[in-house]
Amino acid sequence: MSVLSVRDLEVTYSTKGGDVPAVRGVSFDIGKGEVLGLAGESGCGKSTIAGAILRLHAAQTKIGGAITLDGEDVLGLSPGKLRATRWTGASIVFQGALHTLNPVQKVGDQIVEAITVHHMAADKEAYVRAGALLEQVGLPPRRIDDYPHELSGGQKQRVMIAMALACSPSLIIADEPTTALDVMVQAQVLKLLRSLQNDLGLAMLFITHDLSVLVEVSDRLAIMYAGKIVEEGAATEVFHTPVHPYTKALAAAFPQIGDPRFRRHPSGLGGDPPDPQHIPSGCPFHPRCAEVTDVCPEIDPQLWEAGAGRRAACVHAVGAPAFEASQP
Amino acid sequence: MIDPAEVGGVPQIGPPVVEVDDLEVNFKGRVGFIAGLMGRKGYDAKAVDGVSLTLHEGEVLALAGESGCGKTTTARAIMGLIVPEKGTIRFKGKVLPRAVGALRPYRRQVQMVFQDPTASLNPRQTIYEIVAEGLRIHNVNEGPNGEGEEQLVAQALSRAGLRPPERFYLLYPHELSGGQRQRVVIAGALVLDPSVIVADEPVSNLDASVRGEILALLMKFLEELRISILIVTHDLGLAWTVADRVAVMYLGRVVEIGPAEEVLQRPKHPYTKALLNVVPKAGGTERPILQGEPPDPTRIPAGCRFHPRCPVVATGRAERLGILGRCTGEDLALDQIAPGHDVACYLTELGEEP
Repeated sequence: MSVLSVRDLEVTYSTKGGDVPAVRGVSFDIGKGEVLGLAGESGCGKSTIAGAILRLHAAQTKIGGAITLDGEDVLGLSPGKLRATRWTGASIVFQGALHTLNPVQKVGDQIVEAITVHHMAADKEAYVRAGALLEQVGLPPRRIDDYPHELSGGQKQRVMIAMALACSPSLIIADEPTTALDVMVQAQVLKLLRSLQNDLGLAMLFITHDLSVLVEVSDRLAIMYAGKIVEEGAATEVFHTPVHPYTKALAAAFPQIGDPRFRRHPSGLGGDPPDPQHIPSGCPFHPRCAEVTDVCPEIDPQLWEAGAGRRAACVHAVGAPAFEASQP
Repeated sequence: MIDPAEVGGVPQIGPPVVEVDDLEVNFKGRVGFIAGLMGRKGYDAKAVDGVSLTLHEGEVLALAGESGCGKTTTARAIMGLIVPEKGTIRFKGKVLPRAVGALRPYRRQVQMVFQDPTASLNPRQTIYEIVAEGLRIHNVNEGPNGEGEEQLVAQALSRAGLRPPERFYLLYPHELSGGQRQRVVIAGALVLDPSVIVADEPVSNLDASVRGEILALLMKFLEELRISILIVTHDLGLAWTVADRVAVMYLGRVVEIGPAEEVLQRPKHPYTKALLNVVPKAGGTERPILQGEPPDPTRIPAGCRFHPRCPVVATGRAERLGILGRCTGEDLALDQIAPGHDVACYLTELGEEP
């Protein structure tokens, strides 16, 4: 049984300028011990999904579809039940570790607070657990008495990970957890996340624009464009043999050192991501697509079969029905 | 002096444009008021500690390393934004003056592109004013072919891929996307017809899909305008896509420099190898990752400055090879191991791979 199940999720922000559909019908499952990587450009809706799972959005934001976490309907939870679920059912590690910690509270106290608020343990036990958690994320337990400013960026992110683990959640959402970190520290944090996830059998939703990072840590990949998943499948397959032209362009933006195809040949995607209030007709990617055909502006593609365990929302996918070009 | 024609087998590389010799930049350490009264002194941070580099005409040189290795400080010193403690910077053979006023003609020739386009653009200026500002500062009333200000701005914008340029004149930075903003920054640099562009992490704040376009733009100028580019980056994949040569810095020193094909495919310094190891690759995180944080430039270790983190030392290999004493006690300089490929590591004397 899957830990997290998302069905036909739609999230629409209400703004002064009208409704902004950020997520337009997204479905996926994450099983126990599985890592799903969610990739896409800024504004494609990937972080909005994270917010919907933890119900962090403002009250006027419209959320449709269904989210089931450990068999419980997240969208129907009462406020009290919701508070209990956050952190015990699912926790999140954000990008800005430098800003997420309270600067005037010792890091140990912040971890303890997460534990005691959820009545997982009494103060004394919680301290012991906080020390053990710090050790688990590779920090000496004496750091429990440090303030955030005494820690480096990588160490702060480790504290955030310890906090996310504090209430033994079944799902961890990592939203750009390494983006602000230096290369060497990024590699250390990724390794830590992956080994913890593996050891504890956690389900993980890993969100980043950095496809090369995702391929390294994910089992499966889902690529988002304009609020929808446009391709999904096993991580290495999606990265190395992309089907959707958008995935192809995205993958080409991450050069492989030693590969002569990339040498002195930077490649990218022309144009800008679509404005969520004015999404192009048909396939939303068609104005930027290198393989656009006559039918693309008219047909809104579904996730069709694109090889074993692969699906892609493109008329070029093998499982796509045959379309006849309308007469000009 | 290395014959540029030999460097990396890239024959189109021209004569040296910028030559940096034994550059040293210190940042003064500070202590609190009371500690100061008690006679305590702060530790100076040696951000750049003896860097020599040459940028040739028509070449892309990548300066790579972790945060705090001194790569940005080196770039800023080359721009004349920081006055170095020691060392000289030559531009087309002439030594740069130290007085800020005397640097103005040089600054016209060497333009900078920063990491965050949103921070580099004045939010209250229109795109036209932003691009024309450089011309006004440098009192350029006429282009080389008698063009007026508007023509020069239009030319720069369309070269930077903002077409038709007139459409952008009256827009403000917030009306553009991140990629377009970085194009405006590039147009502002191009309008002065520079011979060198120093780009500090020019694409790391941009969406992955837009990065390639901006890099392709820079590569185009290289061919069309015969400019030279110094690109500062932590991303070795980026260096592979654009650079002719790569210089890897660690704690204020260049530890390996050479043709990109050599440095990135057959690294000779253990630190270069460690940096290459952390470039994300498909197939999991199971590879050796250097432990510890970026080093502290106020406390530079004796001997090879990389030895406290060096895997060759940690695994005992240095001891078996009989170089441990020198690794931990004797400072070392770059040594040429092949034409145009210099490395600062005791392993190379023994012909050992890192």
